[in-house]
Amino acid sequence: MKLGLVIDMDTCVGCQACVVACKQWNTSGTLGPLTDYTPYGESPGGVAFNRVRSYEVDVFPHSKTVNMPMSCMHCETAECVTVCPTGASYKREEDGIVLVDQDKCMGCNLCAWACPYGARELDEAEGTMKKCTLCVDRIYDELLPEADRQPACVLTCPTGARHFGDFDDPESGVSRLVRERGGQQSLPEMGYNPVNRYLPPRNRPHADQHRGSAPEGLAERLKGWLGLSVNR
Amino acid sequence: MHPALSVIVFTVASGAGFGLVALTLALELLGGVPGLGATGVLWAVAGGVVLATAGLLASTLHLANPKNAWRAFMRFRSSWLSREAVFSVLFYPVILLYFAGMWTHGATDATAWVYIAAVAALLLAAATVFTTGMIYASLRTIPQWHSALVPANYLLLGVASGAVLLTGIVAISGGGTEAVGQLAVTLVVLGGFGKAVYYYWIGQPQGPSINTALGMTRGRVRLLESGQSAPTFLDREFGYQAPASQLRWLRAVVYLAGFLLPLGMLLGLLATGQAAYAVLAVASMLGGLLVERWLFFAEARHTVNLFYGRQRC
Ligand code: SF4
Ligand code: SF4
Repeated sequence: MKLGLVIDMDTCVGCQACVVACKQWNTSGTLGPLTDYTPYGESPGGVAFNRVRSYEVDVFPHSKTVNMPMSCMHCETAECVTVCPTGASYKREEDGIVLVDQDKCMGCNLCAWACPYGARELDEAEGTMKKCTLCVDRIYDELLPEADRQPACVLTCPTGARHFGDFDDPESGVSRLVRERGGQQSLPEMGYNPVNRYLPPRNRPHADQHRGSAPEGLAERLKGWLGLSVNR
Repeated sequence: MHPALSVIVFTVASGAGFGLVALTLALELLGGVPGLGATGVLWAVAGGVVLATAGLLASTLHLANPKNAWRAFMRFRSSWLSREAVFSVLFYPVILLYFAGMWTHGATDATAWVYIAAVAALLLAAATVFTTGMIYASLRTIPQWHSALVPANYLLLGVASGAVLLTGIVAISGGGTEAVGQLAVTLVVLGGFGKAVYYYWIGQPQGPSINTALGMTRGRVRLLESGQSAPTFLDREFGYQAPASQLRWLRAVVYLAGFLLPLGMLLGLLATGQAAYAVLAVASMLGGLLVERWLFFAEARHTVNLFYGRQRC
């Protein structure tokens, strides 16, 4: 199995719901907590597995807003695992999920340096490396109804822009989406071979732009106004 | 990249320390350090060991969870950091063996095992500095580091600063500094040349761009919002950026304090034989190398920055 996500950049509206759902589920999950620093202070910040950033592509009037949610891509060539000196970082044989053993990590940051996507964040309170688990503690939980055995971000997305599945199965939903919509990798030239794919915005014409007409002369406007008032 | 003081001190001190040990042992194996007796050699090696150890201890300050540091020996087969940890720790029993040999036999070439211990310690010292460089050079995410020039520079600068230190030790112990001084001049020139090549090579951003990061290759891309209200780990670790004018100015400091000044002092030493020149050369070189290492981090651009709006790495 090769589990991962397909993210539709055409439908994502950048609402940050997946960011919140991820944090809510995972802070009590396998790699939790996702520590918050000064949560009630002036600049609250903390660990997150998933972040959504917004971009403008091209220039007005041809510009388009594109939102890009990013979490661990569970790369096939996961150099974050190669560089780890302690063996805390590992990639699972059975489904390709990349995890960090919190009991072994020494907090050297090297794996975060080796990740091109900023998917790894050091928990500065715990001293260990944190990252997306693809909700490994949800997707195999047989106590959950089958439809709920998906990552929290996928379940919560209000526009259905996130899809989860097995990329090794050519007939799975994610494989079909990638085929039909031309799913892309981020930074393919780095050679990490990320499993997660991004569906580019559909190629549609821009909405028509109406040009306003020049305002009418004073006399015309007075006449119109008079007509309206007299009618009443 | 964020220039962390612990890592800067670590790489400069361990580079100079291991460089001093390797150079002293190499000269000793080739027939004795010119101007230095057996006791002097022991002092030089011991000084190198102390400096390298101070550096290695500083490196552990960089760990967020040092209680697991012993696990760093576990992944020798894949991780350069693990290899560095293994080589640096293997160095200690070997150098102790060498000290024991010098204590009992009084000379490196007195018996085979002392000789072998010296060779092994030399190789381990060089391997440690090389693996330090490879930790950085192996990262494809930072184009400014992903080059053979990086371990080459670590080795060259380590052995050059080691040579300047050795010259200082010979000068203070009152020996003739002719030979070691000339060697140090050569190595400092080589080190400065290597660094100049590196600065030339990182001149133009050549790495991946924001377009391939987003997969939007047909238009200009700019960041609208990062979706966060406070700086994160990613900003703190990778977002560091010094003003271009400051970088230029500091490069001048590196050339001046790291190479030109030590060179001048060494030439002064060769001309007059005054030990003070050697001391100044050591101080200037180590200070210059601290700035050089700071720049090594400050000028490195990680690909994460592309997602925060940088156009090219
Ligand atoms: S996205 Fe980063 S952390 Fe995740 S597998 Fe790839 S390199 Fe590792
Ligand atoms: S921070 Fe932890 S998981 Fe990452 S490389 Fe270091 S020891 Fe491995």
